Amino acid sequence: MGIFNILKGDRGGQLFLAILLVAVLAVPYFSLATSPDSPFHFSIYSVTLLGKYLAFALLAIAVDLAWGYLGILSLGHGAFFALGGYAMGMYLMRQIGDRGVYGNPQLPDFMVFLNWDSLPWFWLGFDMFWFAMLMVALIPGLLALLFGWLAFRSRVTGVYLSIITQALTYALMLAFFRNEMGFGGNNGLTDFKDIIGFSLQSDNTRVALFIATALLLGLGYLACRLIVMSRLGKVAVAIRDAEDRVRFIGYRVEHVKLAIFTFSAVLAGIAGALYVPQVGIINPGEFSPINSIEIVIWVAIGGRATLYGAAAGAILVNYGKSYFTAALPEVWLFALGTLFVLVTLFLPKGIVGVLGGKRAAK
Amino acid sequence: MISGLLLVMLAVVVQSAGAGLSQTEGDGVDSALELLKSTKFSDRLRGVEQLATSGHSGVLGLLSELLEGRLFYIKKGRRLVIAEEQDGDYRIRDALTGEPLGVEKARKLRKINLNNAMRSRINALVAAIDLASDSPSTRLDAVNRILDHYDVDAVAAIRPLHAVERDEQVRDAMEVAIALADLETGSFSQQVQAVAVLQESVHPAVRNGLVRLKARAGNPELARMIDKSLEIIDARLKVFAALETLFFGLSLGSVLVLAAIGLAITFGVMGVINMAHGELIMLGAYTAYVIQRMMPDHIGISLLVAVPAAFCVSAVVGIAIERGIIRFLYGRPLETLLATFGISLILQQGVRTLFSPLNRSVETPEWMSGALHINSALSLTYNRLYIIAFCLLIFAGLILVLKKTALGLQIRAVSQNRAMARAMGVRSAWVDAMTFGLGSGVAGMAGVALSQLTNVGPNLGQSYIIDSFMVVVFGGVGNLWGTLVSGMTLGVANKFMEPWAGAVLAKILVLVFIVLFIQKRPRGLFPHRGRAAEG
Repeated sequence: MGIFNILKGDRGGQLFLAILLVAVLAVPYFSLATSPDSPFHFSIYSVTLLGKYLAFALLAIAVDLAWGYLGILSLGHGAFFALGGYAMGMYLMRQIGDRGVYGNPQLPDFMVFLNWDSLPWFWLGFDMFWFAMLMVALIPGLLALLFGWLAFRSRVTGVYLSIITQALTYALMLAFFRNEMGFGGNNGLTDFKDIIGFSLQSDNTRVALFIATALLLGLGYLACRLIVMSRLGKVAVAIRDAEDRVRFIGYRVEHVKLAIFTFSAVLAGIAGALYVPQVGIINPGEFSPINSIEIVIWVAIGGRATLYGAAAGAILVNYGKSYFTAALPEVWLFALGTLFVLVTLFLPKGIVGVLGGKRAAK
Repeated sequence: MISGLLLVMLAVVVQSAGAGLSQTEGDGVDSALELLKSTKFSDRLRGVEQLATSGHSGVLGLLSELLEGRLFYIKKGRRLVIAEEQDGDYRIRDALTGEPLGVEKARKLRKINLNNAMRSRINALVAAIDLASDSPSTRLDAVNRILDHYDVDAVAAIRPLHAVERDEQVRDAMEVAIALADLETGSFSQQVQAVAVLQESVHPAVRNGLVRLKARAGNPELARMIDKSLEIIDARLKVFAALETLFFGLSLGSVLVLAAIGLAITFGVMGVINMAHGELIMLGAYTAYVIQRMMPDHIGISLLVAVPAAFCVSAVVGIAIERGIIRFLYGRPLETLLATFGISLILQQGVRTLFSPLNRSVETPEWMSGALHINSALSLTYNRLYIIAFCLLIFAGLILVLKKTALGLQIRAVSQNRAMARAMGVRSAWVDAMTFGLGSGVAGMAGVALSQLTNVGPNLGQSYIIDSFMVVVFGGVGNLWGTLVSGMTLGVANKFMEPWAGAVLAKILVLVFIVLFIQKRPRGLFPHRGRAAEG
């Protein structure tokens, strides 16, 4: 199936990818090639901010794949996101080398502070970029595989599944808050210096990270679209709409669910890995159940079961959050809360549903 | 008759001081107070002894102030006063009458100092006065105090009293004290007897006494007996420690049940995922705070008033949520989850704007502080006891409402078969609103209880919402008894794991356990049976 086949009839997706392409081309130009005085100049701060939104958009797509097409409302996708982020954070920590406050070439600062004398076994290998990137995908994927295998096999569905995914991320949050876990406890991992040899502070690296995020977002979108258009995707939608019937027809519902849920978790992990170098910190707060619910909100507001709607929702809500928390901090939670209520009551298909009218995907 | 006898005993205790009992009360006190101001320790000691025999009602207070180092006299006029430091100066009142005398500079006062001999003597005297009290609880306290600061003289005072003591508890405590003294100073046969008596007691002084004696016991048989007694005591201490943990677990479990029971109705009976449940708890806690601010002179009563008030506040908010939003989303549980989460954000920010983002503390009324002493190894704090009682009370009330009232009947009818209930003339929309109001109101009452345990802040609800869902799901949705059992189980399990796993790890383990448990039994501990549950 060629790329054009995947996008056939997906006007929203075509538009989304086109905008993404324009952004990849235009943002570097306006941020690096124009002078800071020029009215068209795009500050590096904005580039990083935009990059962060795009990482969130990838996360939203991952949630939409599971929720919109498979009917699994995961309230624990923040956990996969954060695990990917931690894997990336561990790599970045190891890159600090002896430039930390304590100047220990072997141990990150927080371990020196805790009086540890050697690197715990689960930190081994994270000084290699390829290994860390493997872990970014592998750890969330394995967790999702194990968790999903247990849950789907015993047919935990609907609200119950939502609640135990929430318990999962909550338990992980509590665990990561513990210093003994070896992930920096309360403070998490921060103070990163460079990534594969490039300084994280330099403008070029930041623009490169933005481009990487945008490209991976595009790839992630295409991959999800590929799944949705495939037979697997069709079965997934059938499971969403009538799980028992699909099972009676003879499909192995658990396998389908497991495959898509795990892929979705891997995507979320990649999003986390893209997020961490851009914001410069990862801490256990990312595991908090509220974060996971917020992701679901982006998807609901953007419009679920469209993929591009989820991405648009993530970007819009986060832009609103950045704007309001700076301008009117009091109002933000009121606005967000009201938005949830209104969207669920009046816009079951989200913003995309309103804009796209009949064209919006089912 | 007893108290008369006790007074005689008291005289025996203090007769070494040679204070005349024949003196009239006033004379005795005045001359004793004069002696207290002397520069010689021996005079002051005599003053204390005289004071103790005077029988004046203010003596006890005065002696304890003296022990606390708050007894002074004004250099000019040599008036005896009780002084408490306040911004570098001293707020003083008369030593005997307690009449306030304003504030005095530190240099105008002289403190009445004590040495160790005086201190232990005063302790013994205070205990002796208490031992003569008419109230058994005061006498018991006195005996326990003597055990705490074990002192040969004091025990000597107990010996004769033991025979005439009527209250069994006090007599037992006295026996222990006497046995302890025998252990130290008695003959071999007395020691053997004492060891036998002492193995019944779990007081720390007893264990220390036995260990001390064992160290210097020459007789191997005695040493063996002591070992055996220590074993018995240690085993018993272990049992009490386990009982204490169980008590902590039950009180934590009660908190969980309180937080979850409202949810058991809205989620369990109605099937509505109410993410704003925690905020309804928070509203109840804030109601307790507001009511306490409205009646600052009646802290104790304000809490009792707060319970129905919180029920009303949360119930009204709950009904508004149901009528305004949730009723449009029935049958779409995931959407309900999102909308109610939005509401929870609005309520949180509302409280933050209205009160402040800072935590507020709700005062604990006097009747809730303190502890119930079962014995020296086990004491149950009243606030935890009240929480357990409150939880059970609410639970019983809720069961009654559901089983015995017309509303309860309708609620059960609608939750079991909505269409049939409607056909029978039940106004299902009204029942929905009332059910949700009931669940929300109960959450509000839980908030009042929680206000006594933690600070009241905008995030209060958030910290309980996940636990509440866990309790309900673990217990089996739609089953109030299941909620009770699961809440208590989780609370006790948590507390028993804490000593070896630490509080956070214990919580994680409990969460992991629940997640795994749900895999095994997706419908909880006590699932609904029958076809209705399959839907």
